[in-house]
Amino acid sequence: MTTVHDRPTASVPSRPRGGSLVQQFEYGLDAPICLTWELTYACNLACIHCLSSSGKRDPRELSTEQCEAVIDQLQAMQVFYVNIGGGEPTIRPDFWHLLEYAVSHQVGVKFSTNGVRITPERARFLASTDYVDVQVSLDGATADVNDRVRGEGSFDMAIRALENLSAAGFADAKISVVVTRENVDQLDLFKALADRHGATLRLTRLRPSGRGADVWDELHPTASQQRTLYEWLLRAGENVLTGDSFFHLAGFGESLPGLNLCGAGRVVCLIDPVGDVYACPFAIHDQFHAGNVLSPGGFGAVWKDSELFADLRSPQTSGACTKCEFFDSCRGGCMAAKFFTGLPLDGPDPECVQGYSEPALLQIGRTIPAAGQDHSRSARRPTGPTPLEIAPPSGPPVHACAESPLAGFTVPRP
Amino acid sequence: MLLDGAWTMSPSVSIRPEPFGALAYHFGTRRLTFLKSREMVSVVTGLAACATVREALAKAGVPQTQWSVFLQALEALADGGMIERRADLAAA
Repeated sequence: MTTVHDRPTASVPSRPRGGSLVQQFEYGLDAPICLTWELTYACNLACIHCLSSSGKRDPRELSTEQCEAVIDQLQAMQVFYVNIGGGEPTIRPDFWHLLEYAVSHQVGVKFSTNGVRITPERARFLASTDYVDVQVSLDGATADVNDRVRGEGSFDMAIRALENLSAAGFADAKISVVVTRENVDQLDLFKALADRHGATLRLTRLRPSGRGADVWDELHPTASQQRTLYEWLLRAGENVLTGDSFFHLAGFGESLPGLNLCGAGRVVCLIDPVGDVYACPFAIHDQFHAGNVLSPGGFGAVWKDSELFADLRSPQTSGACTKCEFFDSCRGGCMAAKFFTGLPLDGPDPECVQGYSEPALLQIGRTIPAAGQDHSRSARRPTGPTPLEIAPPSGPPVHACAESPLAGFTVPRP
Repeated sequence: MLLDGAWTMSPSVSIRPEPFGALAYHFGTRRLTFLKSREMVSVVTGLAACATVREALAKAGVPQTQWSVFLQALEALADGGMIERRADLAAA
């Protein structure tokens, strides 16, 4: 297979003239459409699926002045808005200052919070701003389901934040839900909860990133749940936001609203709390590290000149997937989901709805890459021994050029 | 949309040039729209300085055979609030 690292960069094809927008996006844009910026690794919660393995602040986190310099650059690049997250961004003492700084520099802010600092007073302040959107995270429509994942008391905290926002007249808050095996049956309840608070429901996909890798096997929706989710999303249409999260479900037949494209390094990227730039929010790992905003030229230079991004902006080899009749709609799925489940990047998504990833997931010797960083407060939950990890490799490692998801798989002898 | 109408880009809209044309973002509705050719970008950004849509199309060098396609696109932009009828000549 061709990995992100060893693809030759000398032969980057030039952008075609005309063609569809998606084809244009594959060649990247002058600046990201959607930039996620995690302001801190510090968090008051310890969600078991945290994709940035947050908990403790990193002493190297960007200073207020460094953050302002990043915002100045985003303004110059005309990045219309940033998605701010963490960790819990609102526990950074300068969070409210940076929010105002961004908005006054024509950079709109959408921030994700667990609600801890959304007091009645802050809610009134937020209601008075023009270019700020708030996403309150909830992973269960009931306290029992939510708190199992996000921690005791987190449901009440999020609901209190939503109540404060609606009491202050903040219009159209978002309720952001990571869809899991445990909450996928609550989609209607989530929708009702959002309606009750004058909020919009936003559903996103559980990624095996960060601590998510520890719980992905038991929490990602089952095959039949994926079907339910797909049908539910089709019925909901534009009334429910997904951030283009579920394009792998397009393999069921109909495309869901959105670009249905992996935007990593092309139209999206991530800035982490220490200023490192990664291809997407779900890919905090050396292999997807493009540079740092503190290097000469700052974020703009990373976005324009990073070798990794140049690589991602050329057509990707998709191996066996190109033979699938649904390839045009799902395009092989999510790069980060493949990487963090130890699957080849040019094969099917681990949640391929046609089931094409099942042999690769069962492959003896499949290795899950080690986490790129870990800011968890307590020791990581031990990943219980699974047959995948204790079984000795059955042969030499699969050759890096093997194109088939079945490569290296041998039927065990009876 | 009438060729003789007077229009302008909404003051809430920001345009960012891109190799394929431009991104247009409406800070009020948070709606992102793609202008799929450089000519379209010239038309939209030129509206305010032109007395009519016709003038903006001509000035951007859009061949007359394509005007109907451009008008459809402008119609969609008007529906999304990206461009607005100009108050000074609203009666026109």
